[in-house]
Amino acid sequence: MDRVPILQIGDVLLVSIQVDLQDQSVLNLQEDLAERISATGASGVVIDISAVEIVDSFIGRMFATIASLSQLFDADTVVVGMRPAVAITLVELGLTLGNVRTALDLDRGIKILRVLHERRRGLPGTGHAASTLGLR
Amino acid sequence: MNHAVRETQQMDIRIDSDVVRVRQVVRECAQRVKLSLVDQTKLVTAASELARNTLLHGGGGHATIELVHDGRRSGVKATFRDEGPGIPDIALALVDGWTSGSGLGLGLSGSRRLVDEFDLASQPGKGTNVTVVKWAR
Amino acid sequence: MPANADRAHRLSGLLADNAGTLLQRWVQLAGAELQGRLTVAELERDLRELLDTLLPVAGRQAADVRTGADFTELNTVLTELSRRRARQNLTPTETASSVFALKQAVFELTEQDDDPALFRELITFSSLLDSLGLLTFEAYTRAREEVINEQEVQLLELTTPVVKIWEGVLAVPLVGTLDSGRTQVVMEKLLQSLVDTGSEHAIIDITGVLAVDTQVAQHLLKTVVAARLMGAECTISGIRPQIAQTIVALGIEFGDITTKATLADALRHALRSDGLSVVRRDQVGA
Repeated sequence: MDRVPILQIGDVLLVSIQVDLQDQSVLNLQEDLAERISATGASGVVIDISAVEIVDSFIGRMFATIASLSQLFDADTVVVGMRPAVAITLVELGLTLGNVRTALDLDRGIKILRVLHERRRGLPGTGHAASTLGLR
Repeated sequence: MNHAVRETQQMDIRIDSDVVRVRQVVRECAQRVKLSLVDQTKLVTAASELARNTLLHGGGGHATIELVHDGRRSGVKATFRDEGPGIPDIALALVDGWTSGSGLGLGLSGSRRLVDEFDLASQPGKGTNVTVVKWAR
Repeated sequence: MPANADRAHRLSGLLADNAGTLLQRWVQLAGAELQGRLTVAELERDLRELLDTLLPVAGRQAADVRTGADFTELNTVLTELSRRRARQNLTPTETASSVFALKQAVFELTEQDDDPALFRELITFSSLLDSLGLLTFEAYTRAREEVINEQEVQLLELTTPVVKIWEGVLAVPLVGTLDSGRTQVVMEKLLQSLVDTGSEHAIIDITGVLAVDTQVAQHLLKTVVAARLMGAECTISGIRPQIAQTIVALGIEFGDITTKATLADALRHALRSDGLSVVRRDQVGA
């Protein structure tokens, strides 16, 4: 069974999905991530799906689940790199990702996490950061 | 849905990894009939939903993937069969959000929107048969 | 192998023995039909290729043309020839006449002969050529359809450019009548451009759109939602009063989608959410 590796960069956990996920791997990933967030006290999770060719309802639900999970540990989740064909299909399928945040690429995803993190901690300059959330 | 069949592939859906295999075979077929990238993705996603239904709700079954032609266009036809409990109310099952328990209830209704032709036949206690076709534009 | 392979097929032999003169006469006859629309060299090359693949199957029945395995090569050559003719803007009649001209050449070759067996073979061969002529018609039509489809795609590309109007801001000005197919193509192109250019803002300007129906409105909405899933923001601008009325009358929910009156407003909105504002130079620091 493929297990998706979870990398740590600073206080962010990075999951880059490179294989065609079967349902059990999806469940394993959710489990592994919950453990890692709890163990590391990470402030955010980035899920890179730029290599993923299809997202069906099962995989789509994983994003929402991970986002809810990470919230319990005071961490945010960003899904980055969704392909246009995947996005169009998800919309047609009728699947919404709930309050999962998205970004075009890894770089922007990490920036969003930083802004969210600062806002959460109420650091100076928060007002401006909040208004430019998700943007450069 | 009587279309000339060019090629047929049969596969069992017994375990989790079979769903992934169905996705791969369907994608390969979709590429061969030159579906656009978006249409490929839609068809593979629909096949993934239906294969999972066969496994989870039908207790396993078979998939038949065919390359078809209707004289004008080429397409891919995928049929999913199981001998599971069946669906008591088909009309209800095709409503968004209807679910037999697990899942979001988008499997059937969602996949219908992703394909060009959709045919669902089910008899309670006997099983379910879902056929979908996607044509190259 | 054909059933008559064991007994000698006189016509096949005759054609093979006289292939050179036959080709010359064929080129002459076909050339007359085309009235100089192709060069003799070009025509000769095409017909030589055709004759070379036709000779081995000259004794077969017309019914075999579509199904016979040994006709594959001939079919390919003929299809290719018809496609070339279609793209050279020759008429289907001119294309098929090239094939039928061979009949005349063959009749001239055999008219001195009064062997009844040869005559029967000649009739079979003639209907074989008829079938091949029909085949060119079909291939020709298909090739023309392909040309039309290609032109449609090209037209679509030309009429729906995705333009970069600012760093990170793309715009698609839509003009004319939107149908569901066209809207879908635009949507895919726009989303792909967002990825390719790394832009986080897209503006769909529908100032030039004459009418919007439910399906088109749905496609526009789906584009906005899909863009959001990818991490970009999409604004719709230039909704004209009549279209606004249609949208309300159709009961289409635009929900939390950003709409702006003009493209300029949409650009200003995109810049502002990037933390940029446009100010007159003499007001800076005033």
